Amino acid sequence: MQAFVATLNAAPIWLIVLIKSAVLLLVVVTTFAYAMLFERKILGWMQLRPGPNRVGPWGLLQPAADAAKLILKEDLTPKTADPLIYRLAPFISLLTAFSVYAVIPFGQSSSGVWAIGNVNAGILLILAITSMGVYGISLGGWASGSKYPLLGSLRSTAQMISYELAMSLSFVGVLMLAGTTSLGGIVHAQERLWFIVPQFLGFIIYVITAVAETNRAPFDLVEAETELVAGFHTEYSGLRFGLFFIAEYVNMLTVACVATLLFFGGWNALFGLVMVPGVIWFLLKVGAFLFFYMWLRATLPRFRYDRLMAFGWKILLPFATANLIVTAIIVAFRG
Amino acid sequence: MNPYGPVAIYLAVALAAALLFTVLPGLLGRAKPNAQKLEAYECGVEPTSAVAGRFPVRFYLVAMLFVIFDVEAASFFPWAVEMHALRFFGLAEMVAFVIVLAIGYAYVWKRGGLEWK
Repeated sequence: MQAFVATLNAAPIWLIVLIKSAVLLLVVVTTFAYAMLFERKILGWMQLRPGPNRVGPWGLLQPAADAAKLILKEDLTPKTADPLIYRLAPFISLLTAFSVYAVIPFGQSSSGVWAIGNVNAGILLILAITSMGVYGISLGGWASGSKYPLLGSLRSTAQMISYELAMSLSFVGVLMLAGTTSLGGIVHAQERLWFIVPQFLGFIIYVITAVAETNRAPFDLVEAETELVAGFHTEYSGLRFGLFFIAEYVNMLTVACVATLLFFGGWNALFGLVMVPGVIWFLLKVGAFLFFYMWLRATLPRFRYDRLMAFGWKILLPFATANLIVTAIIVAFRG
Repeated sequence: MNPYGPVAIYLAVALAAALLFTVLPGLLGRAKPNAQKLEAYECGVEPTSAVAGRFPVRFYLVAMLFVIFDVEAASFFPWAVEMHALRFFGLAEMVAFVIVLAIGYAYVWKRGGLEWK
């Protein structure tokens, strides 16, 4: 053990970061796999079904079975598709989904904030990276060379960019209260009061826009089965479809992490229970938010597209701006 | 180490992982294509025409409006971070900015730019 610690101390810093990155990525992918099982179980229970329970005890090996199935499936590219962009699109979706975790902090100890890169512009980087995710969807639908995917990707592109506006505005109130764009700093600013209290409207707007950004129910118009078969990924099969699927769930996890960091006090303890490590609090809050996400899917029917667009532009955008002005007035008076 | 150094290393690892997942189906999934499998999917009917090359211009309009408003939204960030120091000066500046923004928004709304028919 001591020899191991000694080797670790002697290792160059880039190697340590490399190992940390690989471990983090592995954790993210595993979390995706079990978030999917968790969702199918919850949807099952909410509809009085058992959910997956055949593969392994309590269905715990279901993700592994699904992964093996997807990997071994036939790899087809429709003849009308653009072969290069068709393959590039899921790659872009997945890469942007993974990349965000470079700056997300999970906890804090005396040696500093636990993140791969504790950068000062964390929240800006998250916004920048997540907004690139739309390329994967729009290119994937366009490059399939088929009607349903094209329509699905157009819809989703318009939806994602419309809701992104209100989403970035909903962050501004938090930045004003925290006075920093560093995620560690934002969590630190919530030691006494979580921002969900003074920024309640901002939180509501963030949740709505984040659900729309990740194309989840009730805003999953992109894959409205009754109208568009499966939306932008109709032509994708096997692991290439799986990549979009992974990206969707990893994005959900990102949303849960960002909501925890910006509104739920990050790793700050609840009820003054400071003996429980911060990272546990962080994970509990993220898990609670993920559950809420799945609950939404089990409860709410899908929006109609014209109403979705009108809601984003005519209601969320003005409300987000009003929230910003009111917060600015309060901050100006209190200093 | 500069905090962006680890970010770059992480991005390289993420890139490698995403690349691995992208080449994997080509290596492991055996493709046995035939004419029917390679058709574009249209609920079992043979595709009546090539992909619809034309789509509603509204999508284009939404994208344009997004670019305009998003660039303006981006200018809120530096201001918000400094708000504790700027106080009433910052408030006045931003109210003026938002009024200009609101006039453009009201114009777009009145001209039907936000309608979806």
